[in-house]
Amino acid sequence: MMNHELKMIPAREPPVMAVGVLAWIRNNLFASTLSIVATLLIVYGLFLSIPPLVQWALVDATWFGADSNACNREGACWAFVTARLDQFIYGFYPAEHQWRPNLFFAQLAVLVLWLSLKWTPGKQWVLGYSLLLMPFVSWFLLYGDLPGLEKVETHQWGGLMLTLLLALCGMIASLPFGVLLALGRRSNMPVIRSLCTAYIELWRGVPLITVLFMASVMLPLFVPEEVVFDKLLRALIGIILFQSAYMAEVVRGGLQAIPKGQFEAFNSLGLSYWQGMIMIILPQAMRLVIPGVVNTFIALFKDTSLVLVIGLFDLLAIIQAGLNDPAWLGNSVEGYLFAGFVFWIFCYGMSKYSQRLEQQLHQGR
Amino acid sequence: MRAFSLLAKIKKGRYVVTDPKHVSHKANSTPRFLRELLRLWRDASFRPLIMQGTVVLIIVMLAIWVISNTMHNLEHRGISTGFDFLSQEAGFGIIQSLVEYDESHSYGRTFVVGMLNTLLVSGLGIFFATILGFLVGIARLSSNWLLARLASVFIETFRNIPLLLQILFWYFSVLAALPHPRQSYALWDSIFLNLRGLFLHKPIIEQGLLPVMVSVLVAIGLTLLFRLKNRMRRLDTGKPIPGASLWMTALLLGIPAVVWGLSGATLTLDTPVLKGFNFRGGIAIIPELGALLLALTIYTAAFIAEVVRAGIESVQKGQKEAAASLGLKPGKVLSLVVIPQAMRVIIPPLTNQYLNLAKNSSLATAIGYPDLVSVFAGTTLNQTGQAVEVIAMTMAVYLTISLTVSLLMNTYNKRMALIER
Repeated sequence: MMNHELKMIPAREPPVMAVGVLAWIRNNLFASTLSIVATLLIVYGLFLSIPPLVQWALVDATWFGADSNACNREGACWAFVTARLDQFIYGFYPAEHQWRPNLFFAQLAVLVLWLSLKWTPGKQWVLGYSLLLMPFVSWFLLYGDLPGLEKVETHQWGGLMLTLLLALCGMIASLPFGVLLALGRRSNMPVIRSLCTAYIELWRGVPLITVLFMASVMLPLFVPEEVVFDKLLRALIGIILFQSAYMAEVVRGGLQAIPKGQFEAFNSLGLSYWQGMIMIILPQAMRLVIPGVVNTFIALFKDTSLVLVIGLFDLLAIIQAGLNDPAWLGNSVEGYLFAGFVFWIFCYGMSKYSQRLEQQLHQGR
Repeated sequence: MRAFSLLAKIKKGRYVVTDPKHVSHKANSTPRFLRELLRLWRDASFRPLIMQGTVVLIIVMLAIWVISNTMHNLEHRGISTGFDFLSQEAGFGIIQSLVEYDESHSYGRTFVVGMLNTLLVSGLGIFFATILGFLVGIARLSSNWLLARLASVFIETFRNIPLLLQILFWYFSVLAALPHPRQSYALWDSIFLNLRGLFLHKPIIEQGLLPVMVSVLVAIGLTLLFRLKNRMRRLDTGKPIPGASLWMTALLLGIPAVVWGLSGATLTLDTPVLKGFNFRGGIAIIPELGALLLALTIYTAAFIAEVVRAGIESVQKGQKEAAASLGLKPGKVLSLVVIPQAMRVIIPPLTNQYLNLAKNSSLATAIGYPDLVSVFAGTTLNQTGQAVEVIAMTMAVYLTISLTVSLLMNTYNKRMALIER
C-alpha cells in the first residue's frame, strides 16, 4: 500500500516589492514619474535648507549674553530671548510680586490638567469654578488692592501673562452672552430674534481691530465723564463684545443639531422654556459645541495679539518693543521665532485637543 | 419629574392636601390688579409682547443714555459733530494711492484712497491665497507621502501662528533684510527687488490704445455669447458646434489683434530707473504691500487648504469608482464628477475665508500700509478727533462687504439646496 501523505506546500514568500519597507517606499514615494520628481525635489530642498538652519539655530547660536555684542553673528542670538524672558512672561510686573502671576499660571495648569485627564473626580465642580470664579480670583490675585496684596496697576501687566488673561477672560465672559444671543436668534419672538441677529451680524462683519479702536476711542465717550475705564478693561470689553457674536454662532450650531423631539418632549412634560433649555437642551447642545468653542478660543488666542495696536503689551507687543532696544538691535528673527513658537505650542496643542474631542463625540453616535 | 416628586412628598406626609375652599380664599387675598397682571403674564399670546416691549424699552433707554453722554462729552471736549470734516484739507501724504492724491486733497479723499488700498490688497490676497490654498490642499491628499507631510507641516505651522506676528516677521525680518537700491536684485534688468520694494515695468496707455481696449471688451462679450450659443446647441442636439474652442480663441485674440494692427498704436513701457537713492518710474510695489500680501496669502492659504481637503474628502469613493467604471479618464473623473461635488462643500467656507482675509487686511495698520483703518481710522481720526463718525464709516465699509457677500452666499446655498435631492 502506498502511504499518501497529504502535505501543504509552504506558502511562497511575497515578492519583495509587495510588502515591507521597500513596498511602502515604492508606493508612497516612487509610485509614478510625477511622484518620483516630487520626492527628489523635496529631498533636495530639505537637503539645502535643513543643515544651514540647524547650524544657525543650534550649533552657532549664542544662548546667553548681556547684549547684541555678546552674540556670534554667524548664528542665532537666543541671548535676546533668555535675557528678557522675565519681561516676555510677566511684562513690567514688579519682580518681588512675580509669585502672583506664577500662582496664576499654576492654577491654569492644574485646571487644564484636571479637566483633560480622564480619571480626575469632580469635573463639574472644577468646570464650574473655571467658568464662574476663576476670572475674578485671577483678577484679584493679579490686581491686588486687597489686605495683604499690594496693588499692581494694569499698565504694568504684560507678556504671556496678559495674553493668557485676555484670551481666558474674553472667552469665559463671552460664553454666557453667546448662549443668550444664540437662544435669542432662535427665539419665536420677532423683535428679539431680529435684535440678536443684527448684533451677531454686526460684530461678525467688522474686523477686531476696528472693534478695539472703537473700544479704546469711543467707549470713554459713551459713559459719563466721571467713569474712567482702564485701558485693559476697555480692550477686554471690546474683545467680549466681538467674541460673544462668534460664540453665539457656535452655540447656535449646537442648538440646531438637537432633534426637534427634545423640544417637544420638554414642552409636553410641562417644563417652562427656561427649565427646558437649562435642564434638557443646553446640556446636550453644549457638549456638541465643545470642539467649536475650542476652535474659537484658538482664534481668539491668536487675535489677542492685536491689542498691540492700542498700546497694550501682550507677548507679541513686548517682544516687538524689545526689538527696538538699542542694546539688542538686529535680533528680530530670533524674537519673532520665539513668539511664534510660544503661540504655536498653545494653538497646536489646543487644536489637537479639539480634534480628539471631536473624535470622541463621533464615536458615541 | 416635578409632579412625581411632589407626589412622593405628599406620600411622605410633608405636604398636607388642602381643601379647595382654603385655596380659593388665599387666591382672593391678592389684589385684583396683581391677579390681572399675573393672568396676562401667563397668557401665552400676551407674554411675548410684554417681554419684547420690555427689551425694546431697555434698549431705547440705553441708546438715549449713550447718546446724551456722547453729546455731552463731545461738547465738553470742543469736538463738533457731523460730517463737515470730510471736505476739509487733509494735509498729510499717503505712500500709495490708486487715485490721484496729495496733501491738498480732502479728508473725504483719504477715505476713498484707504478703501481702494484695502480692496487692492484684499483682491490680490484672495487671488494668490486661492491658488496656493488649492495647491497645498491637493498636495495634502497626494499619494506621495513626503509631499503630503510637507503640505500638512505648512498648514499646521501657518494656521497656528497669529497673523499679526507673520506680518511683522515678513516686514521687519525678511523684507528689511533686502539690499539697498544700489545693490538691488535684478531680473533681466527690468525687475528690481530691494529694500524699497519691487519695481516693474508699467505699460503706458496712449490715445491710440483706446480702441484696442474697447475691442478687447467687445471680443470678450462676443466669446461669451458664442459660448452660450454653443451650450444651447449642445443641450438641443447633443452635439456642440464643431471646432468651438478654436472659434472662441480666434474671436478672443483675433479682434483685438486686428484692431491693434489697424489703429497703429504702439505700446510703450515706463521703465524703473535708479535715480539718486531710489528707483523712479515704472510700477513700484512698496514693501508694506509686499509683506502684508505675503502674510495674508500664506495665512489664508493654510486655511483654504484645509477647506479644499475637507471638500474633496467629502465626495464619496463610490462616485469616483462609478465615474471610472463608466469609462471616464482620471482627469475627467476629477473635473466632471469630483470637483463639482466638492465645490458645493468648498464654496461656503471658502467665501468665509475670503471675508476673513478682507477683514484681516486691516492689520495693515501695524506696518503702516495705507489701508482704510490705517489711513482713515488712524491718521484722519487722530487729526480730526471725529471718533464716532470715522469709526462708524470704517465699520460701515467692512459691514457692507460682509453683508453683501453673505447675502450672495445665502442665495448660492439656496440654489445648491434645490439641485440636491
